[in-house]
Amino acid sequence: MVSLAYLALIVALIPLASILIETIFRGSSAINLSFFFEEIPPLGEPGGGIGPAIQGTLIVVALACVIGVPIGVFSGIYLAEFRQARIAFIARFLNDVLTNVPSIVLGIFGWTLIVVAIGWSVIAGAVALAIMMIPIVTRTTEEAIKLVPMTIREAAIALGVPQWKTTLTVVLSSAKKGITTGILLAVARISGETAPLLLTVLGSRFWFSGFTQPTAALPVAIFNFSQSPFTQIDWSRAWGASLILVLIILVINIIVRYVTREKYG
Amino acid sequence: MSYKIEIDNLNAWFGSKQVLRDITMKAKENVVTAIIGPSGCGKTTLIRCLNRMHELTPGARVTGRILLDGQDIYDEGIDPVTVRRRIGMVFQKPNPFPMMSIYDNTAAGLKLNGITDKHRLDEVVEKSLKAAHLWDEVKTELGKSGASLSGGQQQRLCIARALAIEPEVILMDEPTSALDPTAAAKIEQLIRVLAEDYTVIIVTHNMQQAARVSDYTAFLYLGKLVEYGSTRDIFENPKSELTEKYITGEFG
Repeated sequence: MVSLAYLALIVALIPLASILIETIFRGSSAINLSFFFEEIPPLGEPGGGIGPAIQGTLIVVALACVIGVPIGVFSGIYLAEFRQARIAFIARFLNDVLTNVPSIVLGIFGWTLIVVAIGWSVIAGAVALAIMMIPIVTRTTEEAIKLVPMTIREAAIALGVPQWKTTLTVVLSSAKKGITTGILLAVARISGETAPLLLTVLGSRFWFSGFTQPTAALPVAIFNFSQSPFTQIDWSRAWGASLILVLIILVINIIVRYVTREKYG
Repeated sequence: MSYKIEIDNLNAWFGSKQVLRDITMKAKENVVTAIIGPSGCGKTTLIRCLNRMHELTPGARVTGRILLDGQDIYDEGIDPVTVRRRIGMVFQKPNPFPMMSIYDNTAAGLKLNGITDKHRLDEVVEKSLKAAHLWDEVKTELGKSGASLSGGQQQRLCIARALAIEPEVILMDEPTSALDPTAAAKIEQLIRVLAEDYTVIIVTHNMQQAARVSDYTAFLYLGKLVEYGSTRDIFENPKSELTEKYITGEFG
């Protein structure tokens, strides 16, 4: 039984390991200092970098967090605190449905909602990604708050702290780790999303030029490079950009782990 | 001597299940009143009614009156939050806030209610920890986690936390049942000292404890108040046969 479990584990690790090794192996050769800081050259042209794509991904994801995190966290609080309310049942169900909406659908939604009105833009991309992260953040926030023991909540209420304040202070800070983990999961998920961005931020070869302007983004850049007929130059760029995307997600993970480390170890 | 708390015809339910029936009793100021009875007799529900914690359970309901200094705490227009600031509570299992230091745990009631004056907080923390007989053990490590203390120390921390908001009444729900005998003895001593300044109501399933710490004892059985009187009378001269059987250990 144990050996079977080991076997299954190894089989599961093979794709993961080969993706990582392949990305590092093929990606690292494309990476040098100018790769980070220079604008994206036209397809097939040597030199340049993917600076705007890194910048664009960071900006779009950050803006998506600004929109999505408060909505997700407060929805999660509502679902956890008013579990019995009829609207909570409906919201929970819709939230689960939203989790499984294909990302291309969110892309076309963002396109219809914003791109048609103001054009390809950072805002449109951020909204599409925010809609994607909201259900993840909502769910994990709800679960994290439910895990806070009743005794902690009662301790605060017995001190004459109003219930809403108890939730926003003691309960929320007890659930902090779980909520942060949820946000992290959501960020990791949306950072690599390609379909919604193709339809909303369009992609660009140049640096950020405003929230209502198109922008470059790593997944979009990887997509474009991989479509290039100049396989020699652009495919290695695609691998380089992939490696950086993976590294960004890794760094976000490490930062959040560090921030949420046990205060009293 | 005046009555601090008067319970008048109190009935309590969880959903359709009635757990307290027509409880009427009065607790005097600055004495320790113990509530004893077998498991499931409603003792915990009774003290949770006293600071309006009972109603937090979904489906829970209360009828009757509870007067605090003559004012019904169940009156319409009375905010349960203000009741709970006057009637503090210590729970069965020590429940310090795990993510807070000893200092912050003690000051939690004040801080969460918006008091930030460092000088005042320092004062209250020291005073409360001293009153809870914990100061000497923790004064050099106030920044450590409350959860790092031993069970008995945690419970005294919870008592300090309750004292910090300067309540008039302190409710204790089997405060020593999760502790070892030495830690329990310390809490019992503390309860006697607290009674000099506070009205203490303690729920216990330990009859010896009731005999040691309380001035008055109420015996509850199946949600009804069987007998209430001075602790000496209850233990040496019970009027009800049921009380006698319980305190002699025939059931419980």
